[in-house]
Amino acid sequence: MAVTQVVRSEWTKIRSVASTVWTLSLAVVVTIALGMLISALSKAEFDSLGERERLSFDPTFISFAGMSLGQLAMIVFGVLVVSNEYSTGMIRASLAAVPQRGTFLFSKLAVATALALVVAMATSFAAFFLGQVMLGEHKASIGDPGVLRAVIGGGLYMTLIALFSMGVAAMLRSPMLSLGILMPFFFLISNILGNVDATKKVGQFLPDQAGSKIMQVVTPVDDETPYGPWGGLGIMALWVIAALIGGYVLLKRRDAQ
Amino acid sequence: MIELEGLTKRYGEKVAVDDLTFTVRPGIVTGFLGPNGAGKSTTMRMILGLDHPTAGDVRIDGTHYDRLREPLTRIGALLEAKAMHPGRSAHNHLLCLAQSNGIPTRRVHEVLDAVGLTAVARKKAKGFSLGMGQRLGIAAALLGDPRILMFDEPVNGLDPEGIHWIRTLMKSLAAQGRTVFVSSHLMSEMALTADHLVVIGQGRLLADTSMAEFIERNSRSYVRVRSPQREELLATLHRAGVTAVESGDGALEVDGSKAERIGELAAGSRIVLHELSPQQASLEEAFMRLTAESVEYHAHSGTPRPPQAWGEGWKKG
Repeated sequence: MAVTQVVRSEWTKIRSVASTVWTLSLAVVVTIALGMLISALSKAEFDSLGERERLSFDPTFISFAGMSLGQLAMIVFGVLVVSNEYSTGMIRASLAAVPQRGTFLFSKLAVATALALVVAMATSFAAFFLGQVMLGEHKASIGDPGVLRAVIGGGLYMTLIALFSMGVAAMLRSPMLSLGILMPFFFLISNILGNVDATKKVGQFLPDQAGSKIMQVVTPVDDETPYGPWGGLGIMALWVIAALIGGYVLLKRRDAQ
Repeated sequence: MIELEGLTKRYGEKVAVDDLTFTVRPGIVTGFLGPNGAGKSTTMRMILGLDHPTAGDVRIDGTHYDRLREPLTRIGALLEAKAMHPGRSAHNHLLCLAQSNGIPTRRVHEVLDAVGLTAVARKKAKGFSLGMGQRLGIAAALLGDPRILMFDEPVNGLDPEGIHWIRTLMKSLAAQGRTVFVSSHLMSEMALTADHLVVIGQGRLLADTSMAEFIERNSRSYVRVRSPQREELLATLHRAGVTAVESGDGALEVDGSKAERIGELAAGSRIVLHELSPQQASLEEAFMRLTAESVEYHAHSGTPRPPQAWGEGWKKG
């Protein structure tokens, strides 16, 4: 079984369903539009900020504010790519065609991740440049120290979110169950854990909290995060690897239904 | 050739497939018969490596399914009608399967044509009727031009024309020397298509026989007789060396004799008859008798259990 054949097959699958287009389009539009809106609001508020806030003012990070919502569309993309197989019964045809389950899963993930990476990178750069336009005189430049890293990091962050969702969906199989866990987790629970003092130490090791560190250029004044931008992304990558191993092991062991 | 050896599947306590051993040979249509829930689909999923057997082994031409290179070119299967993404077009559904096995795109057009779906090839599968979905599933099975074909309840949802088409298709595939394995819960359907018969009930093998042999053994013909002078009739028949058994509703059943002879015997003894009718037990009845025995055997096997405490039944789920 040639891997290239399976990759081609997965590409045909992913491009021939509508959910690919609408989830990725939504991720692009929401991330950029919300980033621009919040950038514009931040510009208007800048003059009323105290000195402390001004020191922590991070125009790059602000232009990525839309990701908090845009990542949810990325999660839906990742979940549907995998769980569609189960909810439609397609998995039986797929595994009958490619009984080597590792080849099947990782070809699927490779294709979906490559597509997510292209879209996420374009989104990240667009969100940055358009956000800076809205910020006017408070803008950052792509040449400033750490900015290019943050913008590329933004693309990697969104890609890893999608890949993490694929791993979780491979474990849970049901799209509703996967979304029902991932959406509230990333939209609410992680934020709450990360912002309440008692749970902050734990919360900052959650995949999105750790991973989003890469998009920061200006470190907040009293920041005590024990890892840097790449360290944070590394922690996120460990979560992703764990989810993928879980998904692979369960796919390998379970009956296909 | 498909070879099953002691194939067993348990879900917790429940045994879905119980120690099945049989071989599906090339060149003929082998019918896989059993009532709903007998384990036919589970067996077929294990043949395809989709479900892992609890015990035993199944091989395709001597090889485990997951060791087959490009399996669609070796064995094609129709499982459920809707093993497809409803938002994907028929063409793309077949294309992605073809690509994964290195099958040329030309074959996609060929099989769409063969099952009569060319006109709707670009339409999404969600708009398909049950019959069209079934045809698409059959197209997927034929895609790799495999030597072995397996169909799970293929006539489900097909109109009479479609049923005729699939019967002809299966016979012609077998005539080309291919192995054809088809499941059904209808004996009448099997009688029309299958050359060989594998019958299971509650996951157990009940029969593995040629169709002709099954018909010969199971198509019992007898004469049903009713008379107000039952005892006299019995005595008369007995004197003539004809054995009659009681059928339960007061009538008598006589095996292996013609109605004419019984009528003449009765007339000779001046016995009044209220009914004298030749009967033919259908294959469907023979099949039901066979599987009913398996159910009964199952229920009576094992040691009797003490009465359950209240609520024990549902605690186990």
